[in-house]
Amino acid sequence: MSANLVEVVDVVKAFDGHQVLRGLSFSARKGETLVVMGGSGSGKTVLLRLIAGLLRPDRGRITVFGRSIERLSEEELLPIRRRMGYVFQGAALFDSLTVYENVAYPLREHTRMPEREIRDRVLQSLARVGLDGQVLSLLPAELSGGMRKRVGIARALIAEPEIMLFDEPTAGLDPTNARLVSELIREVQAGVCDTSLVVTHDLDLARTVADRVAVLIGGRFAALGPRDQVLETDEPAVRAFLAGEAR
Amino acid sequence: MGTYLRRTILWYGGLGLLGASVLRNLALPPAYLAHVVREIEIMGVRSVGVALVAAVFTGMVFALQSAVNMARFGAEAYVGPVTALAILRELGPVLTAILVGGKVASGITAELGSMKVTEQIDALRTLGVNYVKRLIVPRLLAALVVFPLLTVLADGVGVLGGLVIMFLERGADPWTYWNVTTYWVLPRDFLMGVGKSFFFGGVVTLIGCYNGLATEGGTEGLGRATTATVVHVTMGVIVADFFLTKLFLFLLW
Repeated sequence: MSANLVEVVDVVKAFDGHQVLRGLSFSARKGETLVVMGGSGSGKTVLLRLIAGLLRPDRGRITVFGRSIERLSEEELLPIRRRMGYVFQGAALFDSLTVYENVAYPLREHTRMPEREIRDRVLQSLARVGLDGQVLSLLPAELSGGMRKRVGIARALIAEPEIMLFDEPTAGLDPTNARLVSELIREVQAGVCDTSLVVTHDLDLARTVADRVAVLIGGRFAALGPRDQVLETDEPAVRAFLAGEAR
Repeated sequence: MGTYLRRTILWYGGLGLLGASVLRNLALPPAYLAHVVREIEIMGVRSVGVALVAAVFTGMVFALQSAVNMARFGAEAYVGPVTALAILRELGPVLTAILVGGKVASGITAELGSMKVTEQIDALRTLGVNYVKRLIVPRLLAALVVFPLLTVLADGVGVLGGLVIMFLERGADPWTYWNVTTYWVLPRDFLMGVGKSFFFGGVVTLIGCYNGLATEGGTEGLGRATTATVVHVTMGVIVADFFLTKLFLFLLW
């Protein structure tokens, strides 16, 4: 199998006639963290949703784990998605379930693990995101934004996915929580999954976690390469974006 | 006009595709049977009151109106069978489907729509969960149990309401009323209504689920979807009733 866990080739996606992605191509290699940066509405989340198979591209090819996914049915996508973890910008916790039930959900759905073992794994996964057993019985509505996001990460990590997809993981977090999430992404990369794709407009996060950085402007990558090379580039559009002067 | 037509075609197409997806995913894992039982409780137990109150008053009104008007040409003795036939064949299943269906389907739309706008359905999908099996099929199977049961109860209570009001208001002899009714009413009259209720349960639930899954535009969109469900369910039941009546008359008459 290729060392690329994700390959995106010439992908086009439009909504109501407006092209959000215009022939995007890149790959994410095994063992790296690729950070995709771009302004609001630039198509970063659309890109993640395409890779997770939540959306279908209008054109182009998306390969995940060596399998082309753009024509697969919902049922055929399920086993591929079980090998990925997706952290939503708003956490997307199940609001009628407690923290424990949320984090245990993937194990209860896909394994025959005894409840005691599930409980151990849930506690372990919550500890990894800096939460203890006191939150187990709380409902998502009783959590702060930062805690919700961390529970979302714990839920995505519990099944030990090979690819992690993070959608704006630090958006709306205070600096302490943002730093905690950044460190967590680095830890995840070191010990849990093979590859992480992070979409963000947070420059500090990119500096902390990225091996490679891509900058999405106008539906195409204006820059894609090693972190330092992209963040120090002289390309005017990228510089303007990174300096917060893009219009 | 073009936009409306396009939206209508997309709605029917989407409903059809969801129906096909439900058929492909009808076989549930044993762990999901608990969800079916839970849905039966939510749909059925919590809707019994609505169904029975509507049925008893409809039976009474129908019997009273029939008695007053049939007395004008000396046919008051036949109020029992006329009322029972109307309730068993039409009013029982249709009123139950519209009232309970409106309540159940709008609840489903609100729940699934809320899950959709807060990305909980996408979260299920990213966790590798088949959302049709998890969210739609248990509700549909529950409806196929609940709607016929509620219809049978509504039938019984409606017929009884007619009998009681004829006794109290028109001085009819209950035994004669009952004997004339059972002489003219056949099992197929009962089966026709119950048969319709299976279809109504399926259609109503599918509409509720589809409108929930198709919700867009945040809380405002959720409100629109819930309102649309009540309208779609009412129209769906009335229109489907015509075709089901034709079908059952062809099959059972």
